Amino acid sequence: MHIHHKAVGSIPSQLAPANGPSFNPFSTRRVAVTGGTSGLGLALVRELLNRGAEVALVARGREGVKRVLQELPHAHGIVGDVSRKEDIHPIAIQIVGALGGLDVLINNASDLGPAPLQLLADTECEDFERALATNVLGPFRLTKALLGSLAASAREGRGAVVVNVSSDAAQNPYPRWGAYGASKAALLHLSHIWDEELRLEGVRILSIDPGDMDTPLHAAAMPDADRSTLQRPEEAAHKLANAVAALLSPAASDLHPDLDSEAIAQGAKG
Amino acid sequence: MIAANLPVQRPPDAKVLVVDRRGHSTHRARSEFVNLLRSGDVVVANDAATLPASLSGRHSRTGRPIEVRLAARDSLDEIARFSAVVFGEGDFRTRTESRSMPPALIPGDRLELGQLRATVARLLNHPRLISLQFDGPTQEIWEGLARHGRPVQYAHLPTPLAIWDTWTSIAGPPVAFEPPSAGFALDWSMLASMSARKIRFATITHAAGLSSTGDSELDALLPFPEPYRIPQSTAWMIKQAQASHGRIIAIGTTVVRALEHAAAMFGGAVPAGERLATQRLGASSKLRIVDAILSGTHERGTSHYELLRAFVDDEILGRIDQELHAHDYRTHEFGDSVFLEKAANRTGNEVHPSVPAGQCLCHP
Repeated sequence: MHIHHKAVGSIPSQLAPANGPSFNPFSTRRVAVTGGTSGLGLALVRELLNRGAEVALVARGREGVKRVLQELPHAHGIVGDVSRKEDIHPIAIQIVGALGGLDVLINNASDLGPAPLQLLADTECEDFERALATNVLGPFRLTKALLGSLAASAREGRGAVVVNVSSDAAQNPYPRWGAYGASKAALLHLSHIWDEELRLEGVRILSIDPGDMDTPLHAAAMPDADRSTLQRPEEAAHKLANAVAALLSPAASDLHPDLDSEAIAQGAKG
Repeated sequence: MIAANLPVQRPPDAKVLVVDRRGHSTHRARSEFVNLLRSGDVVVANDAATLPASLSGRHSRTGRPIEVRLAARDSLDEIARFSAVVFGEGDFRTRTESRSMPPALIPGDRLELGQLRATVARLLNHPRLISLQFDGPTQEIWEGLARHGRPVQYAHLPTPLAIWDTWTSIAGPPVAFEPPSAGFALDWSMLASMSARKIRFATITHAAGLSSTGDSELDALLPFPEPYRIPQSTAWMIKQAQASHGRIIAIGTTVVRALEHAAAMFGGAVPAGERLATQRLGASSKLRIVDAILSGTHERGTSHYELLRAFVDDEILGRIDQELHAHDYRTHEFGDSVFLEKAANRTGNEVHPSVPAGQCLCHP
């Protein structure tokens, strides 16, 4: 797993929260995960529920959402497609309605582009557009629609974190990964810029590359890969949750004692 | 004034009429709103997101088409039971004053509203006003509202509104029935420049209700009781500002209603918690918390206009009306704004909430 950050040290380097075993940064935290019915997303939903978070999952297929809710009845299931502009506000209404607010948003839903993978010159424009809509515009729109809720959480001292799930294809020019790689590169840059812009509000935007995993997306990209060599999504979910926990823990506040948003958050907590 | 008929939240030429505490007025560009503020001020906005609260459908017993507009609720977490105004056939393109009556409604009547199903639980002393109860689990009701509902809209806007047209930049909990539209003036760049100038920004969540029903009998009852929540951070920022003589600036009438309701209940303090605002503010109300308001331009006779009378006397309000007309200010939710400081000579009575304190929904 790799956290993409520009300034080394801007994110706590330790992955486990530093406040001892009794402090659980996820208890009473409200988390939404897109693409939450398979792969890393589903593993994250399970991991976060286990850690005591209230979790809403978003996915396109009603059947998939129903199936996950049968296994995890405490989760909130929302049917919606983040690549569709018209779905964004209905999704946001249901997330904040179900959870009563939002502390963590994990933009995990991803589109590979053409499957099987193609050279860019052979890539249909429609496949590229779908990858951009799902991997860049979707996270942008959903984060924007939920930013009021996230900033309110930050003021209340609950912390506010957005995770955009990235890939090493965002940084390395792998042939045949053009649509996916270019869209993830755009998402990575968006994450960095937005994180700078929202620092004053106490909202953090993280880009995290979970590494190669044994997921449906990986199978579509590389059907011949030896699955036994791949990381299990559960491991990646565990590490990703630790990275978020480090930002939600009170120790993270010590990073910017000069920010007024920290003073407000402290005041709110009494 | 001119009706603003395009759903543009921050037109580049938006204006604000500024009236200071001595009644002097100036015209400014609304994009320069931050320049009206001072270091130490706290700006308080309503962060309620707008529910798509207009539900078209059918009255099962007669099969006739209806439009239901959700109008009020008892608490911010309530999702199954609402007060609602019911219209007959038609939609927002017809002025509300001219909308047809719904079929005669009786308790127990079933309503089919997209995928939602509801029952008329009670009639509320008017043929259009009911208490309705949605069927099904919470999650299904949220989904039905989110997917089938349309923003409540009036005939001055000719094209259908999208949900995003009705959400302010800072929109959070989807609990308002109409946009807290004074907040359309805000964007994140403004919040950043406030922060740079040591002006604090706080929010409350107030379930703004319908602003108009087209029926004078019902309109006389507006605003309905509205639940609101004051977060800990907001309570803290207000206390800090008061201690250091900073001003409390309300973005919109709902913020004034909520903060003054809390202050009336708690002897001038504004503690965190959820409550139900029942009072109406007008010329005789004494404002204990709010020092200035940024608001839309309101027509005489509306409850919003009445609330402005708590800030300035009728002579100044009359002059404001003349200025707004003379300078072609735009009205309605996407229109221009006024910024009123509480007049130095205001000596209204104490505001008394009309419910006993025992009915308060406040958290411990």
